[in-house]
Amino acid sequence: MPDVISCRNLRKYFSDVKAVDGLDLSVENGECFGLLGPNGAGKTTTIEILEGLTSPDSGDVEILGLTWRKNERQLRERIGISLQETQLTEKLTVFETLRLFRSFYRSGADPEDLLRDLSLDEKRDARVGKLSGGQRQRLAVACALVGNPDVLFLDEPTTGLDPQSRLQLWDIVQRFRQKGGTVLLTTHYMEEAERLCDRVAIVDHGHLIALGTPPELIAKLQARNVIEFTSEPKLEQEVVQAIDSCAGVAAHRDGWQIRVHSLAEAVPQLIGVVEKQGVKLVSLSTHEATLEDLFVSLTGRELRDA
Amino acid sequence: MPEKTRIRPPIIELASTRTKEFLREKEAMFWVFGFPLILALALGFAFREKPPDRVPVAVVAGPNAQQRLAALGKSSTLLPRIMDEQEARDALRRGKVSLMIEGSDIIVYRFDATRPDALSARQAADDALQTAAGRRDVVASREERVHEQGARYIDFLIPGLLGMNLMGTGMWSMGFTIANARMKKLLKRLVATPMRKTDYLMAMFLSRLIWLIIEISVLVAFGWIVFGVRVNGSILVLIFLCIVGGYAFSGIGLLTASRARSIEAVSGLMNLIMMPMWLCSGVFFSYERFPDSVKPFIRILPLTLLNDALRAVINDAAGIPRIAFQLGILAIWGIVTFVIGLKIFRWQ
Repeated sequence: MPDVISCRNLRKYFSDVKAVDGLDLSVENGECFGLLGPNGAGKTTTIEILEGLTSPDSGDVEILGLTWRKNERQLRERIGISLQETQLTEKLTVFETLRLFRSFYRSGADPEDLLRDLSLDEKRDARVGKLSGGQRQRLAVACALVGNPDVLFLDEPTTGLDPQSRLQLWDIVQRFRQKGGTVLLTTHYMEEAERLCDRVAIVDHGHLIALGTPPELIAKLQARNVIEFTSEPKLEQEVVQAIDSCAGVAAHRDGWQIRVHSLAEAVPQLIGVVEKQGVKLVSLSTHEATLEDLFVSLTGRELRDA
Repeated sequence: MPEKTRIRPPIIELASTRTKEFLREKEAMFWVFGFPLILALALGFAFREKPPDRVPVAVVAGPNAQQRLAALGKSSTLLPRIMDEQEARDALRRGKVSLMIEGSDIIVYRFDATRPDALSARQAADDALQTAAGRRDVVASREERVHEQGARYIDFLIPGLLGMNLMGTGMWSMGFTIANARMKKLLKRLVATPMRKTDYLMAMFLSRLIWLIIEISVLVAFGWIVFGVRVNGSILVLIFLCIVGGYAFSGIGLLTASRARSIEAVSGLMNLIMMPMWLCSGVFFSYERFPDSVKPFIRILPLTLLNDALRAVINDAAGIPRIAFQLGILAIWGIVTFVIGLKIFRWQ
């Protein structure tokens, strides 16, 4: 089975930024693939090139075995897109908007059915301008789904949404996949990537820096747990690195973040070092390793403020 | 099994949502319908036809005063009053009266000869007094007043306002909508669907047509009912002309908005384009007052073409042949701007 989405050696430079700098990706049929990275990593440029909305400086893109140059209209019938920041017409109702989008496709879902599936039926006759953030986003996804696409592209689908709306959206994506659909999404939420995606590509400065399933990627850390702590005064990096079970150190806020194999061994060792150095421990917390920790270990920066 | 939603062709969906959107935008409704009506009403009343004011005349008190007052009162152009001499002189000096009549056997007219109203008052007063004294006209004469419908200021103004309105709504409806949709990334979202780009633009023209016809009807009916500005030519010719003119401005609006990334940019451009036409194209006053050297340029501005043709149809009952020049050039304006606009259009 050929890849549903594939691109080779994709490049897009803007006047001062290399937004995408030699990217290869392939997404298999029925897969949910995540592009993960901080703001400005080139995620949106990448997804818009794949969506045929931006043309790359160089590189090839194939979607469903078709290319944008030769088969644009055919492709548009078969993919659904939700852009990062579309403001749909505020004066139209939810139903009017969806029926408008439905009219562009030769075949597709019934708007009424789709509204019910996405729990928007109560808002059927409400103006788009009066919807909450979560409802608007669900409508945006409804517009992407109304042509019964084979592939769904979602650019930061849950950014700025409350937890409940985020869960509703995840549920919609999962139901689309159960029907055999392929999804490509960008996100800067680690939790979203871990929960939704079969495979994740971590991108930074237009480069691919890691690729794999979420457990595989986390395994790359060679550490199961992460300790974050601050002390007064701050310890020297060499001192922290010298802790036996420490697999890696990164700056974290005013203190350090260390990746460890075993909390049971590392925490007493850390306390010992703190006492020996005669500094005061201000805060200490631990968590299981996540994709976010991987990003920090790969780039030395944190995702949210990178 | 619930009833399935009927899906209409995209161009119909686009045009109908566009129309609904506009209907729900109260400000837009005001600018299209309210504003021109208020303007027409205000200007119409300011310049409405009324009989010329009577010229105040002072009759100096004396033995003949009452007799003279009665004689002058018969004139339709004079407003005589009896004053004592000092009072009359003061009134004349201050311009409160234009003419002072004194003397007993010989009538003395005292007035400022540089004031036209004083001259005509002197003539009228002399006629009235001489006639009262028994003068007979040697040759019989009668008056025929000219008060032709089509020659009043309001007859000039209403077609001009109609033209100005077609320009404004034609340009804004395209320019604002497109720039707004581009700014909100709605255009980008639409081109991410299989929608045909020409469907989008044709739908805008289609929904514009509906409003165009309503707009013309409202303004023409208003001018007719309130000010008696009749359409002397054929209504069908008028509608055809308005559609050609309206679309010429839609084309210009499309070109103006074809690349602008913000509402501000498009507003600035629109005003830059419309301002010279507000001033030069004969909306409020005739462009005949401009120097001969610039008139050929003024004549081919789209609003001038439209206004000239509108006045020809509304006031002078012109048919298609007499406005063929204007129709032709307007169509060229519309087509050329539309084609260029479409070519350089920025969808994202």
